[in-house]
Amino acid sequence: MTPINQGPVSTRPATGEGDAADLRSVILETRDVTVTYGTHEALHPTSLAFAAGEVTSLIGPSGCGKSTYLRSINLMNREIEGCKVGGQVIYRGQDVNAPGVDLFELRKHIGMVFQQPNPFHKSIYENVAFAPRRHGITKKSDLDQLVEESLRAAAIWDEVKDKLSESGFALSGGQQQRLCIARTLAMHPDIVLMDEPCSALDPISTFAVEETIRSMASRGICTIIVTHNMEQAARVSDRCAFFLLGEMVETGVTAEMFANPSDQRLDDYLTGRFG
Amino acid sequence: MASSSASARARRQDHIATGVLTAIVAVICVALVAIVVYIVGSGAGKLFDVSFLTGKPQQFKAGGGIGPELFNSFYLLVLTLLLSLPLSLGAAIYLAEYAHEGPVTTAAKTIIETLSSLPSIVVGLFGMLFFVLQLGWGFSIMSGALALTMFNLPILTRVIQQALEAVPRDQRDAGLALGLTRWETTIHILIPSAMPAIVTGVILSAGRVFGEAAALIYTAGQSAPMLDFTNFDLSSASCPWNVWRPAETLAVHIWKINSEGVVPDLAAVSSGTAAVLMVCILAFNIIARIVGRRLERRLTAE
Repeated sequence: MTPINQGPVSTRPATGEGDAADLRSVILETRDVTVTYGTHEALHPTSLAFAAGEVTSLIGPSGCGKSTYLRSINLMNREIEGCKVGGQVIYRGQDVNAPGVDLFELRKHIGMVFQQPNPFHKSIYENVAFAPRRHGITKKSDLDQLVEESLRAAAIWDEVKDKLSESGFALSGGQQQRLCIARTLAMHPDIVLMDEPCSALDPISTFAVEETIRSMASRGICTIIVTHNMEQAARVSDRCAFFLLGEMVETGVTAEMFANPSDQRLDDYLTGRFG
Repeated sequence: MASSSASARARRQDHIATGVLTAIVAVICVALVAIVVYIVGSGAGKLFDVSFLTGKPQQFKAGGGIGPELFNSFYLLVLTLLLSLPLSLGAAIYLAEYAHEGPVTTAAKTIIETLSSLPSIVVGLFGMLFFVLQLGWGFSIMSGALALTMFNLPILTRVIQQALEAVPRDQRDAGLALGLTRWETTIHILIPSAMPAIVTGVILSAGRVFGEAAALIYTAGQSAPMLDFTNFDLSSASCPWNVWRPAETLAVHIWKINSEGVVPDLAAVSSGTAAVLMVCILAFNIIARIVGRRLERRLTAE
């Protein structure tokens, strides 16, 4: 594996930069990333940097391009016909769109959690163990350990430890989503992308997922979360990026951005004047 | 006032629609049950008659059985499924998961839809011209099984394709986002999820194959040599497993004795055969459903 890129980030707006960018260990960087469907540019050039152990919220009204941006990071956009990604997505110093980059290897390191909980039609155990086994972990004891560790990390172990052989679909929506997080964590990812992971969940489940996100950050995982919920962005994220109409308008440290938005459009959004 | 009368009208319409729909379903059910009861009822006497079920068919005198026909029907069904299931599974996976939307896939889908409504007699006559005459295979199980495969392939492909397409998109995304290949995702996630629908589709197509006559009359032929189950000489006409022997099936037998039969107990043999055919299809449906459910349980949550 290439060493973590320690370099500073060049293309970032100077707004809300209270922290020393050079101290952050940037693991993922996008440079002028664009996403085009046919002739429609759904995402205008977006440059952001993400550090290990940091949670970044992507906020903005529906259709602003934040999910589109998220899906360009692990190249899920490639699965959509007619979708083109421009610019550079640099993971650990390597452009992921460069020829020769192993897409499947990349997605092991950059996990994804979706808006709707989507466990497999398999047992709880298999939901977590399935992908690691496909990637070559075959020893039963190793898998057992990985399953327990991942379910614990997603704060769901105590609820499911006695029914690992039951279907993942027998769980509640909130539990299903935490199972999906456990499934992602079982790959030992560096980065976890979350596309509105709590929008289908009740407040208690949302709280559990947010706790999980914080504990992931404390273990050095870089989390990028798309959310509609400003309180959630304030609670879980260290940094924030505001998207509007396919444009990344403002980025910075969450607390500062929310307290002192420098762009009028973000101010309008935060005060509920639209969106 | 106006709105309340409007809602009263809407409620009345709802009542009428419920009544009409219930009546339609009732008529359909009564008609189908009546047909089943009539067929099984008129052949009931022969249904448990072992000498009829295992006996040799007669050309001129009463008391003929349907032993070879019964075996031939199952043998042809199994061979047809062995040929058509892997092919249609492959085609369906390609069309549902791999093919990009474009003129080629659209054309392929249109062709498959057209072929699935092709009259079976056309398939049968094609089979006769090509397998029986051109390739010189004669009236044989092989000719019949290939004709039935042609007949079955488009239907099965469509059913499996639709079953795969009905699996929610987020299941694919989940697999791909874990770094699995499209193939791993299809085989380990999509197919197990689609299994109940696939099994139902296979049952329905198997029922059609089992009861098919027109495609077989000129391919598998209308004669049923007596079978000897101790004979394993694959070139012998009495070896049951020989795929180059002619093989009349139950459905063809019904057609033949009704169109050119001269046996005195023609009506009894015909209705007995029909009842056996019916019961076989019913049993096949029930068994396949149970297997499908077990399979689903094993594949989805062990």
